[in-house]
Amino acid sequence: MRTLQKVISCGLALLITASVSACGGSKPAQPESQAAPDASAASSEAPAGAGSSEKVLRIYCWNTEFQDRFNAYFKDKLPADVSVDWVITPSDDNAYQNKLDTDLKNQASTADKIDIFLIEADYALKYVNSDYTLDVRGDIGLTDDDLKDQYKYTQEIATDGNGKLKAVTWQATPGLLAYRRSIAKDVLGTDDPVEVQKQVSDWDKFNAVAVKMHDKGYKMLSGYEDSYRTFSNNVSAPWVDETDTIRIDPNIMKWVEQTKEYTEKGYNNKTKLWAPEWNADQGPAGKVFSFFYSTWGINFTLLGNSLDKPLAEGGAKEVGNGIFGDYAVCEGPQNYYWGGTWICAAAGTDNVDIVRDLMKTLTCDPVTMKKITEDTEDYTNNQTAMNEIANSDYQSAFLGGQNHIALFAKAAPNIDMSKISPYDQGLNEAFYKSFDDFYDGSVTEEEALDNFYTASIEKYPNLKRPA
Amino acid sequence: MPAATSVKKPASIHKKNQKKSISYAKWGYLFIAPFFLAYALFSLYPLLSTFYNSLFENYMNGLSQVGPNFIGLENFKTVLTQGDLSKYFKNTVIIWLMGFIPQFALSLLLAAWFTDLRLRLKALGFFKTVIYLPNLIMATAFSMLFFALFSDAGPVNSILLNLGAAEPVRFLSNLWTTRGLIALMNFLMWFGNTAILLMAAIMGVDTSLYEAAEIDGATSTQSFWRITVPLIKPIFIYVFITSMIGGIQLFDVPQILTNGQGNPNRSSMTLVMYLNKHLFSENFGMAGAVSVLLFLITGVLSGIVFLSMREGTLGKGGGKR
Repeated sequence: MRTLQKVISCGLALLITASVSACGGSKPAQPESQAAPDASAASSEAPAGAGSSEKVLRIYCWNTEFQDRFNAYFKDKLPADVSVDWVITPSDDNAYQNKLDTDLKNQASTADKIDIFLIEADYALKYVNSDYTLDVRGDIGLTDDDLKDQYKYTQEIATDGNGKLKAVTWQATPGLLAYRRSIAKDVLGTDDPVEVQKQVSDWDKFNAVAVKMHDKGYKMLSGYEDSYRTFSNNVSAPWVDETDTIRIDPNIMKWVEQTKEYTEKGYNNKTKLWAPEWNADQGPAGKVFSFFYSTWGINFTLLGNSLDKPLAEGGAKEVGNGIFGDYAVCEGPQNYYWGGTWICAAAGTDNVDIVRDLMKTLTCDPVTMKKITEDTEDYTNNQTAMNEIANSDYQSAFLGGQNHIALFAKAAPNIDMSKISPYDQGLNEAFYKSFDDFYDGSVTEEEALDNFYTASIEKYPNLKRPA
Repeated sequence: MPAATSVKKPASIHKKNQKKSISYAKWGYLFIAPFFLAYALFSLYPLLSTFYNSLFENYMNGLSQVGPNFIGLENFKTVLTQGDLSKYFKNTVIIWLMGFIPQFALSLLLAAWFTDLRLRLKALGFFKTVIYLPNLIMATAFSMLFFALFSDAGPVNSILLNLGAAEPVRFLSNLWTTRGLIALMNFLMWFGNTAILLMAAIMGVDTSLYEAAEIDGATSTQSFWRITVPLIKPIFIYVFITSMIGGIQLFDVPQILTNGQGNPNRSSMTLVMYLNKHLFSENFGMAGAVSVLLFLITGVLSGIVFLSMREGTLGKGGGKR
């Protein structure tokens, strides 16, 4: 009996230690959703009322941009018995991709099949080259005639190794430099986009303007990452070479050099992309001259941030509400693109007809696409419609009457996506987040690089540091 | 037939023995069985499978799975040589101590005051509730709150600017302010809990000892150090070990506050955050290896604390006897 007691008490002691540690091991799997700051708004799944008789169109995305387009331009065409289930996960820290990947893997076994999911340029290849996406021509049934007006680059990036088109987009995303007219007048003496462009047409001139802005008490840029895309889009090779080794392009190191200088000399406001301070810098109280933004950024992000009374609180998109009308755009020092959202049809979808209708309406129909641009100032993926608007007397009220579509139409054909890799999202994010510490002065450049490699390999275990 | 009798015989002997000294032990084992079953299913099995998984190369490359390939102790080698595990361990311990030391001191002080017969504090129940309240807030919500409060353009900075600070303090870009905020949150969340534990311990001390000491002319400081502290030492061990294990598992507060980055320079990256990095990229082999190492660290530290403090109490108790 005594030995039994001893055995049991020893066993208990061991078990207690073990359970404590097992908790440590199993716990962290859950808080993934908490890791994203706005997890509260993360998943907005439809009430479970969707019975088996009712058809459900299930769409995965990371913000409400596509939802807005969908509701405004396609919802009326939905058959009455179809309900839409939006699953929205923020893309921070790969959270969206992780959620999507998990659910795609269960696609065959679940009744809640994903019909449509959205992807970004930064990781498009990962899905385009997989079996989880359907062929837009062969499986969905769009014809070459339907697709003829789309920008070629939007199709090239979404074409897999076998020449199958796997995704289509309603937007093209050339980037421009958006600037404040009032500050331009104050410092440069003119707010005319052509004149301003002359003063920022290359990086040397851009830096010279930064000095002038600083002397008058303004900031040239808001944060560290503002100009990142203009450098990272003009690299000479992809992030990762054929031996899975990470390669940092010299052009990206130029961004490091410029940003460090801007930070030390006070040309920027030390904010971080998407931070509340960064958003505030674009608003009425901001003292920042310019922001690098592509198409969606101007009508979606910048417009929203410029208002004094937000749209959600009933604010109007009109002059007088905040600094609506005070922005203008010019080409800026270098050609670049930023983002872009592609629509994929998920393999295993049970709503092919609706998906075809949706793709056709939002990405091929010139009438709808022209209307989207006119209503929302987004730049849509239809060359005929866009050139029509570019050559018309179209005016953007938000940009003080400028026809920015003409500038986009000029920049769009120059977009080159040949240097993208499936790792761009994770590596770009790891890179600029690691260098935040360098600009803040808490690490040296070598330490920042070291942290970048560490973070990258944590995200993608197959990648290697350069020797 | 003969076989049957041979079975019966020992059974009857056994019965006789039982009648002499009735044992209810089997009922005891029966009653505790559900715990062991649940434990084996939900804790022991995952624990063992973590060990097992740590021996494989097993991760996702894009949408395709790599492995599982058996690679022996390769994951442990990678973690120990390239993983900066010691750095994250150091971060964790520093942040934990920054929170635990003031937390313990304040809790002890509060517990002493609340239980002091001479002070006769009013509304004790109210105070006990209030100091425990921060613990009821979810750590993530608490962390979000601090993130908003201490951001570069947050309320704390606007107060500082109004008070005449030259420029905003960038709390979350600075090593010691970031660690300090995490420690402060831990401190705020747990000091009430510790205070209540210590209070329970102090109230368990025989009041006649204090009365006797008072009659002998002891001051309250003296009776605190000479009576209270030695007698509640076992509770100190408990508080220390539980807080240490909680500290090693520190995750949600720094994860939310630094947006999963452990900034600046990964100096507020704790062990479990590092583990989460591997889990998040579905690198199960490496995550398993980190978990196993975490288990060993926790086990060894708990053992050291337990043994060292238990020896102390036993020695004293034995001496008195």
